[in-house]
Amino acid sequence: MRLLGESPWRQALRSVGDRVVRIAEEVVGQDIDARIAGIKTHPNEVGHDPFGFDPETSRYALAVAALLHRRYFRTQVFGINRVPTGRVLIVANHSGQLPLDAVMIGSALMLDADPPRFPRSMVETWTAELPFISTLYPRLGQVVGSPENARRLLRQEESLIVFPEGARGISKTYDQRYQLTDFGLGFVRLALETDTPIVPVAVIGGEEQYPSMADFKPLARLLKMPAFPVMPQMFFGMIAPLPTKYRLYFGEPFRFSGDPDDEDSAIEEKVWLVKSTIQSMVNRGLRERKGVFI
Amino acid sequence: MPDPRPTHRRKPSARRGRETIRDRPSARAPVARGVFGRASEGPEPAARVQHAQQRTPTTGKRPKASTEGAVLVTGVCGRLGKLLVRELHRTDRVVGVDRRPFTDRPKDVVHHQLDMRRKKMKDIFRGRNIRAVVHMGILHDPRRSDRDRHAWNIVAFQKLLDYMSQYEVPKLVVLSGANVYGPQPNNPQFLTEDAPLLGAQHFGGMRDLVELDMLAQSFFWKHPGTETVVLRPCHIVGRVHNAASNYLRLDRPIMVMGFDPMMQVVHEKDVVRAIQLALRPGVSGIFNIRGSGEMPLSHLIRQAGGRPRLVPSPLAKVALEQLWKLRLSNFPSQDLDHLRYICMVDDSRARTELGYEPAHSIDRVLRDVRRLRYQVA
Repeated sequence: MRLLGESPWRQALRSVGDRVVRIAEEVVGQDIDARIAGIKTHPNEVGHDPFGFDPETSRYALAVAALLHRRYFRTQVFGINRVPTGRVLIVANHSGQLPLDAVMIGSALMLDADPPRFPRSMVETWTAELPFISTLYPRLGQVVGSPENARRLLRQEESLIVFPEGARGISKTYDQRYQLTDFGLGFVRLALETDTPIVPVAVIGGEEQYPSMADFKPLARLLKMPAFPVMPQMFFGMIAPLPTKYRLYFGEPFRFSGDPDDEDSAIEEKVWLVKSTIQSMVNRGLRERKGVFI
Repeated sequence: MPDPRPTHRRKPSARRGRETIRDRPSARAPVARGVFGRASEGPEPAARVQHAQQRTPTTGKRPKASTEGAVLVTGVCGRLGKLLVRELHRTDRVVGVDRRPFTDRPKDVVHHQLDMRRKKMKDIFRGRNIRAVVHMGILHDPRRSDRDRHAWNIVAFQKLLDYMSQYEVPKLVVLSGANVYGPQPNNPQFLTEDAPLLGAQHFGGMRDLVELDMLAQSFFWKHPGTETVVLRPCHIVGRVHNAASNYLRLDRPIMVMGFDPMMQVVHEKDVVRAIQLALRPGVSGIFNIRGSGEMPLSHLIRQAGGRPRLVPSPLAKVALEQLWKLRLSNFPSQDLDHLRYICMVDDSRARTELGYEPAHSIDRVLRDVRRLRYQVA
């Protein structure tokens, strides 16, 4: 048995992480730890978050996210004050092959909102089968997307980021950029059931970070991934996303009322309202921007 | 009253037990003497029980009225069974059934060493006034052949249910487990009692428990006169010998690299307490039982004093399969899913309807588990 609990590996990782946090604090000019400390959590009897959120890991992640948010993608955030306190569903368009749009919305809620809101996003089930990802996501407060989990979190007055397009949205090819695909109906049923406001968010800039020419379906099936995008920048050795400028538009919250077990047609109407609002916010955002990188 | 002679003639341990009891003048266990004593060549079994009960001494903590029903505990010789009996015999008459001998039993506990599938089981119900049955006699040993285990678990339980309905026993408590839900990547963080029982889909060894749980549920509906309680505790940990406790006792338990699921453990005494609560009249239904708090597996291992050994998942699977074949490890490779995916339960129903509250902190649980070091090459 080791007397001093930590292995050299962990110590090394920790010192690297601490350095990243210091750099981020200097660059961003915000106190990362204070932001983490400012969020409301619901620990269990032994002081752990029941969903696995780990502040230690999250401060490193937030430091990296802050650097991406402020420096790499130079994100502009509009209307963050529209996010109400208490339980809320944040619904956004999904894009960009890797879920960096979720990272941007999350860091906007952590860094730009006052007081900081702890973003929980509902992730695909298959991420729980991937090694390392399945450890990392819960530690950052991400939750496997199931209605039971969502209900439990909303009852705790937390904020949930939902992408109703799911994998369909994130793996769009470049020719379909900024065209919203079909929305699932679950989020509206959830909002009706738990009486939760829905904040529509338009994310601009995500589609150009990893332009995808095509979806190579056979390989995707082989690797059991939802899609296998063919990205030209990979041929030039550019693994990092292109440094596009992100713009996040937070809309006025919707407050629906009705029967959560209503027929699909009645729910679809409300979903369509949210979807068309996001689409028009996206369109307006695209008109307003001068270029992809500025 | 069963005729115990064939059993204890064959088993030397049982014969020892008989002699000690007979030599001891103060042994206030006349019922037990009826089982192991000479009276077995006596007259009509029922009359013999009556005779035995007439001689019930009134000394002791609390005299047990002969009219008061007894609690039948199956699988009583496991660690959990013994713990339960030690708690239960203070307030109730307890009858134990197990294939194993119960050497250090409390004096006023009657033990029948028999296979539950045998006819003698019926004699126990016929001869005694059984007011409740706690079914813990579930064989989990992964080394047994599937066929053996299945026959034992299902046939024995089916027989038990038949006798219960025949003799109109008003209470049944079945100790199932949260493993019937099975660890899955798409599990919600907390499973409620309505979640589907998918535990057997990757792990055939869990099939018995799932089926048993289902049998208990159908019994619940078929016999509304019997209050059926199914308890589904998460990993029971403490001085018991089960996979979870044995795992936490290891110095270098393996963890699957890249996976660190949240875990729940519950102290054995909390489970005993839950069973006692379930035995109260008026309680019926299915209840998830959870310990105090959940934490990531890695934290759990470190707090138990171990150091996780990280192994990539394919390698771990192959290695475990080989070790299993060579009998160097008693963990079947399907158990690896427990180290990868979550299987945690929501105990709000147990809290509101059963009045259950875990009393042992997680520190205490882990201290108790380490007290019994697992010696492994």
